[in-house]
This record gives sequence, C-alpha cells and structure tokens, in this order.
Amino acid sequence: MSAAGAAVKPAPTTKGAVPFLVIPKEGEPYLAGSKCGKCGEVVAGSREVCGKCGARKTMQHVKLGTTGKLYNYTVVYRNFPGVPVPFISAIVDIDGGGTLKGNLLGVEPVPEKIKFDLPVNIVIRQVPQKDKDGNSYLAYFFEPRS
Amino acid sequence: MSNDVYVVGTDMIKFGRFPERTVPELGAQAALMALDDCGLTIQDMQALYSGNLFEASGGVGQRILREIGQTGIPVVNTANACATGATAFREGWMAIKAGVYDIVLCVGCEQMGSGLLGGAGGGKGIPTEGLLGSGTMPSVFAHVGLEHTRKYGTTFEQFAKVSVKNHHHSTLNPKAMYQKETPLEEVMGAEMISYPNTKLMCSVNVDGSAAAVLCSEKKAKELGLMGRAVKVRASALSSDPYTSRNIAMMDFNAVTRLAAKTAYEMAALGPDDVDLIELHDCFATAEIVHYENLGLCKDGDAGRMIDSGATQLGGRIPVNVSGGLLSKGHPLGATGIANIYEVTTHLRGEAGNRQVDGARIGLTHVVGAGSACAVHILEKVQ
Repeated sequence: MSAAGAAVKPAPTTKGAVPFLVIPKEGEPYLAGSKCGKCGEVVAGSREVCGKCGARKTMQHVKLGTTGKLYNYTVVYRNFPGVPVPFISAIVDIDGGGTLKGNLLGVEPVPEKIKFDLPVNIVIRQVPQKDKDGNSYLAYFFEPRS
Repeated sequence: MSNDVYVVGTDMIKFGRFPERTVPELGAQAALMALDDCGLTIQDMQALYSGNLFEASGGVGQRILREIGQTGIPVVNTANACATGATAFREGWMAIKAGVYDIVLCVGCEQMGSGLLGGAGGGKGIPTEGLLGSGTMPSVFAHVGLEHTRKYGTTFEQFAKVSVKNHHHSTLNPKAMYQKETPLEEVMGAEMISYPNTKLMCSVNVDGSAAAVLCSEKKAKELGLMGRAVKVRASALSSDPYTSRNIAMMDFNAVTRLAAKTAYEMAALGPDDVDLIELHDCFATAEIVHYENLGLCKDGDAGRMIDSGATQLGGRIPVNVSGGLLSKGHPLGATGIANIYEVTTHLRGEAGNRQVDGARIGLTHVVGAGSACAVHILEKVQ
C-alpha cells in the first residue's frame, strides 16, 4: 500500500490511438461506431445524439466494418519535424457505414499510383510510438485488398 | 427611412511580417485608418467588434481601445476560425440592424508566425499527425481539391492556374504581401506540400489588420457620409450542416452553399448580378470548389472556368483581384474585413489599376475550419 497522497503510477498498458479504437478484455481490438436507431446513420466514435437527425436515446454502439473503399487521398510531402514523409493521407468509406481518415499503406506514395475507389482492408496494428508513461498504442491503417 | 446598414469608412494596413509589434497595435492602426477614411473619431463610435483568433482570450478589443481611446463603449471579442473578422463585422451589422446602435467600429487583426497550420492530435496519448492521415491545412485542402478531381477530373494544372491568376492580381495591389508574377511552370514546379498543393498554392501566413465603420442610414445622412457609403445588402453566417464524411473530411462546401444561399436570398440577387468576388482562396484548390459553391458556374465547370479566364481582372466575374489570400496574405482574424475593404474600394471606384470597371455589386466569402462560413453582399449606393 502506498503512503497517503502519493500517486501510484499504473503499469504501462496498450491503448487505442483514438478513443474509438476499442481493446476489449477478450477478443480482437475493433473500431467502434454509433448507429442511429431512427435514421440509420453510422458514424465512427461514440455519440449520445445523432448528428444527422438530432435524435436522442437512439444511438447504438456498433463495430465498424473492416473493409472499405478509397474515397479520397493526398500525398503529404511536407509535415512537422519528426513525421516521416511522404505518406498517403486517405479518406475511406467503410463498408456498412462511416468514414475514416488514415494512412494508406502498401501503395507507392505517388499520385499516379493511387486509384479512387481502391478496395481496402482496415487493419489494426501496434505502432512503435509510446507516450511519456510508456504506454503502447494500437492504430488503424488501410491496405489494398486484393 | 430604411434600416439598411452602410460601410462608411474602411481601410487595411499593408500585410506583412511585424514580429516587433503587438496584435492590438496592428488593430489600432487599421482602426484609426478606417476612422480617418470617414473623418470620424473613436468618440463617435458606440461599440467595437473585434476579431482575433490566436489571442482569443486576451481581450484584444479592449487593448485596441487603450491604443486609440478608452471611451468606455461596449467591446465584443469574436473568434470563429477563418471567419473571425467577418463574424465581428456581422455582429456590428446585426447591432445596427436591430436598432441598438447607429454607428460602430469593426476591427480584425492577427499575428501569424510562419509554418504549417493544423495537424491532428497533440492532446492525450500519442500524436496522430502522420499516423492517422494528416490534419495540416495544406492536406485538408488537398482533400478538398482531389474530391473535385474525383468527381469532375479537375487537373493539377487547373488548380495551379488559380495561383498564377491571384499572384498576377497582387502585382496591382500595393497592400498585398507580395507583388510578384508566378508563371504556371513556377507554381507547378514549386515544392510539393500536399498533392496537388505546392508551396505557391498555399496562402501566405502574414500579420495584418483591417477595419470598417458601419452606420445606419439615418446616421450616415446626418453625418453627410452617403457619398462614399456602400450598402450591406446581405450578411450570412453558417456552420457545417451534417454530411456523412464530415468527421473524416472537413466540410467547406455544404457550409459555403448554405451561407451563399442565405445571402443571395437576403439580397434578392443571384450570382449573375455580382460584379466582383473576394473568396476564400486559402489554398488554390479551395478557389476552384468555391466557384461552384457560390454559384459562379455549374457544378463540374469550375476547371473550365479557370481555363477560360472568366475570373481574371477583365473577365466575366473577376475573383480575388486583391491577390487573394494566396498573395495578399491571410492573417486569419483580419481576412474577413480586408475582403470587405477590397470590395468596398471597387464599389467606390477607388481601386486604381485593379479597378473592376463599373462594379455595382460585390460579394465577400470566408470559410474557416470547423466549419464557419460568412458571405456578405455589398452594393454601391446610387
């Protein structure tokens, strides 16, 4: 037991890089979304009220799909110091609803090589970055689906 | 007597980099210039509406009054992304429209520093910039442009032509940060920041300020200021209505269409009635989509519109003859009022070499990340 008032530093753990990347006690990590029971809209993340129709008490917690299509992209050549470039910042429409922004991997970061509507898998991986408390992180990425 | 509201005085400082000066000093300079423009003093003003983003909690409006006269008038400080200055202007317009005041001062000012704006994360956990895509402004507006490419096949070259045009316009504007021609090869060959936006297709981070004195018709007549007055025909402000990709891909289109529709309805005018436009070309890609969002051409025709030269000075509907944010510069809180200054100057017939001949109706547009859009329509007084 610690002395009164002394902070107990929790042991490092693994977290999601965004709040809606859920790591359940059992089973595989997944991306969480909310589905409106009134209008059917699906969005990434947790919502109490539907942003589309304003309905309350109708939002249901859902697992977002694990496949999607490339709606849009850019190739980023200049970024803040320490961020490796170039990389593809991609907008993916998730099969079953919701849209995500993330990095597209497995495609050369050259505009001519990137095709709109490319089918992708949405994969969850551990990343090398840790926070100041030593916690590890999982993030999601897009990869071409063959 | 109508309850119309008029711009009776307006001015802006030449945009540039003034790291040795303070934000209120910049604001005070433009405020005094706008007061001089109509021959009034701070003692004549009934309220101050101040727009500044980066010192939003710092009482910038009150600090401006310490520089130009502490008369005790009410001060409202606004912060609304890149629509900050336009929001301050609109608050002043509303107060006069409501009959609360007869004459008010609106000031926008900003000190920017340099480098990339935006970027994702930075709060809890690990930074997500470059890990979960990019949230820098050049990337966000690259997405805006490539969505247009996806829909209509708009090319890198067409986007680049916007920068060629606006940099050309700025050579005619002594208050622009730059007055330098940038040929197409130079724009396309500049350092690529986020495809398709090269460095010369990104607006310039500069320090600046602009101000306007707004007045009721009754007061303007009393003061004998109708001669150079410009009527505010419409003032509209919107936030981004829900779209399904809104969270992943910031919306600048639906929010602009909403404000434009409201403004056109309020003015009982359409895009064909407008003689010049200052729109939010924070990146070259943005100007293209706003041609359609503001109704200057049909959806899908914006690429052809820049090709045709219709939006150059001398064209059917000149856009950003000031040089735009791309070349005049983009001090966030000042931009919205600087646009008002530019359009007012043309409607008064005082724009010199860059004068849009016979301009009677002008439109200003700003749209900020988050999103906030303001559209104003101004009219030359008969």
